[in-house]
Amino acid sequence: MNLWHKIRGLILPLLAVGGLAIWPVITGNASNRETAFTILKAVALASSLNILLGYTGYVSFGHIVFYGFGGYVGFYLLTAQGYSLWIALLAGGLASGILAFLLGKAVLRLRGAYFALSTIGINEAMKAFMNNFDLFGGPTGITLHFSIYKEYGGVTEALQTAFYIIVALSLIAVTLSYFVRTSKFGLGLLAIRENEDAAEVMGVFAPNYKTWAYVLSAIIPGIIGVLFFFKNGNVEPHDAFPLHASIELLVMVMLGGQGTVLGPILGAFAYQGMRGYLVTSDFFKDIQLSVSGALLLIIVLFIPAGAIGWLRQRSPLLRRVLA
Amino acid sequence: MTIILQVQGVTKRFGGLQALTDVTFDLPKGQILGLIGPNGAGKTTLFNTINGVYSPEEGRILFLGKDITTKTPYIHANMGMARTHQIVQPLNELTVRENVMVGACFGHENQNLANAARIANEVLEFVQLEERADQLAGSLNVAQKKRLEMARALASHPTLLLLDEVLAGLNHSEIDGMIQMIHDIRDQGVTIIMIEHLMRAVMNISDRILVLDYGQQIAEGSPQEIADDPKVIEAYLGDPELARKLMEEK
Repeated sequence: MNLWHKIRGLILPLLAVGGLAIWPVITGNASNRETAFTILKAVALASSLNILLGYTGYVSFGHIVFYGFGGYVGFYLLTAQGYSLWIALLAGGLASGILAFLLGKAVLRLRGAYFALSTIGINEAMKAFMNNFDLFGGPTGITLHFSIYKEYGGVTEALQTAFYIIVALSLIAVTLSYFVRTSKFGLGLLAIRENEDAAEVMGVFAPNYKTWAYVLSAIIPGIIGVLFFFKNGNVEPHDAFPLHASIELLVMVMLGGQGTVLGPILGAFAYQGMRGYLVTSDFFKDIQLSVSGALLLIIVLFIPAGAIGWLRQRSPLLRRVLA
Repeated sequence: MTIILQVQGVTKRFGGLQALTDVTFDLPKGQILGLIGPNGAGKTTLFNTINGVYSPEEGRILFLGKDITTKTPYIHANMGMARTHQIVQPLNELTVRENVMVGACFGHENQNLANAARIANEVLEFVQLEERADQLAGSLNVAQKKRLEMARALASHPTLLLLDEVLAGLNHSEIDGMIQMIHDIRDQGVTIIMIEHLMRAVMNISDRILVLDYGQQIAEGSPQEIADDPKVIEAYLGDPELARKLMEEK
């Protein structure tokens, strides 16, 4: 009874992610698998960003820096140092976590727009650094030797393995998001989001809480970076730190509902679905980013709580059902 | 008698403005200390200094015998100090119960979520907000938000409670309810400092009163001594006749 009470809100999010993961397995279609990969990656990244943006109330415009940085570190270990993919994935997550810890100590004192601006600066600084960092290949980046895929059963097998890993990562990201949301730590974060000064007066150790939220939101993006570059076969500064990808993540979280577990999942599904349509349409294919910009504007103006947040505001019953 | 709080020669400046000058007092356990003074006298500044929001330029503050002068507010809360704000600070997008749970979880008892929920229910019943527990805090009216401030502070089971104008903006029956509540809290052994403009209330409730004027401590004593002190009456009102009338006001 008590356990059920604790985890019932997790059922719906896990079903949504699990359902999407099973779809390509059932159809056995490689193109479906790639579509599912893209959406699950977005789910995991958006759910991670939500810990900082939705629960703690700190808007990060440069969250993709953790994806790029972790990705670079792991990919370097994989290609240049010959470590296994598993070690590389863990190292990528760890590297991003440590980077977030150090950055958090420095920039999380800033609030509101100042913090948001600093995150853009961090992303751009990291991109410039990688452009000039010879160990990681400078502007041309690192390319993976195809023979590495042999260790994972050839290219086809390796892509399949990468898919299973992203399934696991998205399930972990959603579960993590849920347990943060329903924990005492999460209550502290929500209090900081609502009113940081009042939260401190009530005893919330805000600097530490914010730093750990930042770290938690950075680890999974770091792992995903390694996985994605492994799948892609190469990494360059330009692909590792795309500012527009950070903003797309923000749109997903805001669209589905910041501060809810289900919101980023719904947002990732809806946004990637829309994007899939836009990039294949003759009219929209060149201006699909303008559409996401317009979408963000509409959400902020009319439904700032996002879809799930809007529903939750309707009644206490919906608040209990929708995590 | 145990001394809970010692304020020793505290001075606070904001640029050229001398907000507090050499404020000194001891607060024994179980007392209610009324803090009064005209607008801008430095009452809330004194609270913010005791609470760690500001650190004073001079002087020391000891809470339960420990020097907390330069500590941050969450250290104070962990040690057992709680406060309400003059301008209510609800966590709007959280429910009333969650607001109170924050107080219980992060105050000095450091409760887990299950215990905090239980304490929140008890405290909400005590402040008569139990029917609103699942509502969002932002949807409460001002009187209810004041009671919520009180509930959050009480949920931490504080040793020292700082009340900043909890009666302001309430109507007659709400004031009576709140005064009764403050008495009940004191009976549970909580030491209280309260800032209050409403003379009738502060004179009735307080064991001792401290008067601030332009950041200076101009008088300290029992309610009767304060009421008869011409310096206080002059600082406060400039007119002793009017003062007498206000004291008798119901």
